[in-house]
Amino acid sequence: MRPKLELLDRTLVNRILGEALELLDTIGAKIGSVEALEFLRSAGARVDGDIARLPTSLIRRVLDLAPHDFFLYNRAGEATVHYGGDDVYFDPGSSCLNILDSESQQPRPATVADLVRMVQVTEMLPEFAAQATAMVCSDVPSQIGDWYRLFLVLWYSNKPVVTGAFSVSTLKVMLDLLAGDAGGVEYLREKPRAVFDVCPSPPLNWSEFAAENIIQLARANVPAEIVSMPLAGATAPVTLAGAIVQHTAECLAGITIHQLANPGAPIIWGGAPAIFDMSTGNTPMGAIETVMLNVGCAQMGKFLGLPTHGYLVTSDSRQIDTQAGMESGGSALLGALAGINMISGAGMLDFLACHSIEKLVMDAEAIASAQRLISGIEARAATLAVDSFAQTGLHGDFLKLKETRALFRQEQHFPSAVIDRGTGASSPDILTRARGRVADLLRTYQKPDMPQQRADALLKVASRSARIESFPGLELVTSSHA
Amino acid sequence: MDGNFTAMRQSIIDGAPENASVLASQALAQGHHPLEVIDNGFVPGMTEVGQLFAKHQMFLPDMLAAAEAMKAAMAILEPELKRQGEERPVAGTLVLGTAKGDIHEIGKTLVGTLLTANGFTVHDLGVDVPPQKFADKARECKADIIGVSALLTTTMRGQRSVVEALQRAGLRPSVKIIVGGAPVTQRWVEEIGADGYAKDAIGAVSLVKSLLAHKLTPAAVTL
Repeated sequence: MRPKLELLDRTLVNRILGEALELLDTIGAKIGSVEALEFLRSAGARVDGDIARLPTSLIRRVLDLAPHDFFLYNRAGEATVHYGGDDVYFDPGSSCLNILDSESQQPRPATVADLVRMVQVTEMLPEFAAQATAMVCSDVPSQIGDWYRLFLVLWYSNKPVVTGAFSVSTLKVMLDLLAGDAGGVEYLREKPRAVFDVCPSPPLNWSEFAAENIIQLARANVPAEIVSMPLAGATAPVTLAGAIVQHTAECLAGITIHQLANPGAPIIWGGAPAIFDMSTGNTPMGAIETVMLNVGCAQMGKFLGLPTHGYLVTSDSRQIDTQAGMESGGSALLGALAGINMISGAGMLDFLACHSIEKLVMDAEAIASAQRLISGIEARAATLAVDSFAQTGLHGDFLKLKETRALFRQEQHFPSAVIDRGTGASSPDILTRARGRVADLLRTYQKPDMPQQRADALLKVASRSARIESFPGLELVTSSHA
Repeated sequence: MDGNFTAMRQSIIDGAPENASVLASQALAQGHHPLEVIDNGFVPGMTEVGQLFAKHQMFLPDMLAAAEAMKAAMAILEPELKRQGEERPVAGTLVLGTAKGDIHEIGKTLVGTLLTANGFTVHDLGVDVPPQKFADKARECKADIIGVSALLTTTMRGQRSVVEALQRAGLRPSVKIIVGGAPVTQRWVEEIGADGYAKDAIGAVSLVKSLLAHKLTPAAVTL
């Protein structure tokens, strides 16, 4: 039996959906893009200035068009991430400005070297099915900051990528990079390697950029991941149920624009909902209510038969401590139990303001435990215990039984040396163990093979798009373009 | 023959007693000397298993299966060795047991299994063993080392009693004492005047080898 967590009963699911549809029909959504408004108007929406009111019949129609599942592919063209059903995958958190320095454990602006290290560590960890464009690098000109992250990830990794563009013009560069990486535009359409986060502004505002972004992605047939971020009590209703209504409405508005632009293009019901802390004004990503919002929002997406995403495995602590372990580990378990297809956030601290590679390898252990949990308890042999007892009687000699050897690997997950399981060699503090693990992974990392043609294509797009003389972070490049 | 040495080594790594036993018989039928077969065929397998265990690529059930395979090979090779009027040079003789009042068995038995697989002669006295019994057995079998296991802080004191019993019996100069169990530390070893401890079964084999380094044949010191 696959254990499963749901927080909304059927009555509440129907009420949430009913109110979201009512909101879109009566209050409407603010849409900043002329093109999106035109799509909506011609599909039957009532448009008044930049407000579009969407009839329920239109939303029902686009929900029938949106695919229930799709795959992401690695560079080799293998389907490695299945967005759909209750499959669960993890990727690191995205787009953060600071890194917790490995030595000093103090935050400082992230650099290209930090991003490359994080990509290499993520590449080595099986717990992460996908890479993230995890940091904005302070040593790269800001106008190329968003696509340059993707360039580095593609350069150093073979895994699928969760990414996102900061502007329509750089989205074009990023799609060009992905096409180069895939071996051509047609391969990119057929076997997408990346998903792009697209963020509506709460409440119910699809800005010009967000709307154009989602339209371009739909046209390119590259998966779009809606990251709706209601802040319960500030930019969304204070109740968790009310914030989920808003999340549902924001996603439905985005899906409508997206499916009208290209019916059947892959789209993900995602988000980074959070509560607004009434004592501090912060948005605690590690709070249990934030986790509950993620679980509830994902349940709505599943109810509608859509692939899902959430933002968990993060902590608000500013250092690697018990709070960081507690919040990240707890939310990894709950997100996995909720069957959220892609869970972003690992490695992050301080209200998503800071990344840590040491925390990333710790979070990988929490993720491995969560993955073990959802694989459940199974009957693996004809009898559960009787045959074993028939062999060993009451001697307690199970260690020597053949079936012990045959089955223990399925039953037990073996953590890395980050987790103290009492071996003499291990350090008593987790930061030291995590640093050791990072060093091991970086030492054994090997850059995945990339056909020269693809490397050249990436470098060509980068050269064309950046007026810089050298590419920071590509010290290993031997191609004539570099 | 090199190919068969590789197969023998693999039969230990696979923990396949049937294969180990067939390969041992074939080697004898082909006229190979039992010692050559043990040292070049099967012992390297056990050495590799130890290394893989240390790297967390093999686990306790694999280790026990390897020891079973080693036992199966030795059951074929040792009688032939005796028939030829020879004996495998014994790496060392140990007496093992769990301290008086303590009935925990697994750790001590595992250490015994691994020591046997590595060529040591092991006399396992079981659990809840009175101190004097350790001393008596050590005298009887001319043991090099006594190993005393204790899983509880309350029964750890029994390890000190074994040291004392050995002193009373006048055996302390010739017999080393090693201790093991979750609560045991280097400090405890020094406090009771024992000769060493290890955190796990593999560590115990290394410890025994280092304590008996002067007695060992080169082939057996590789673990």
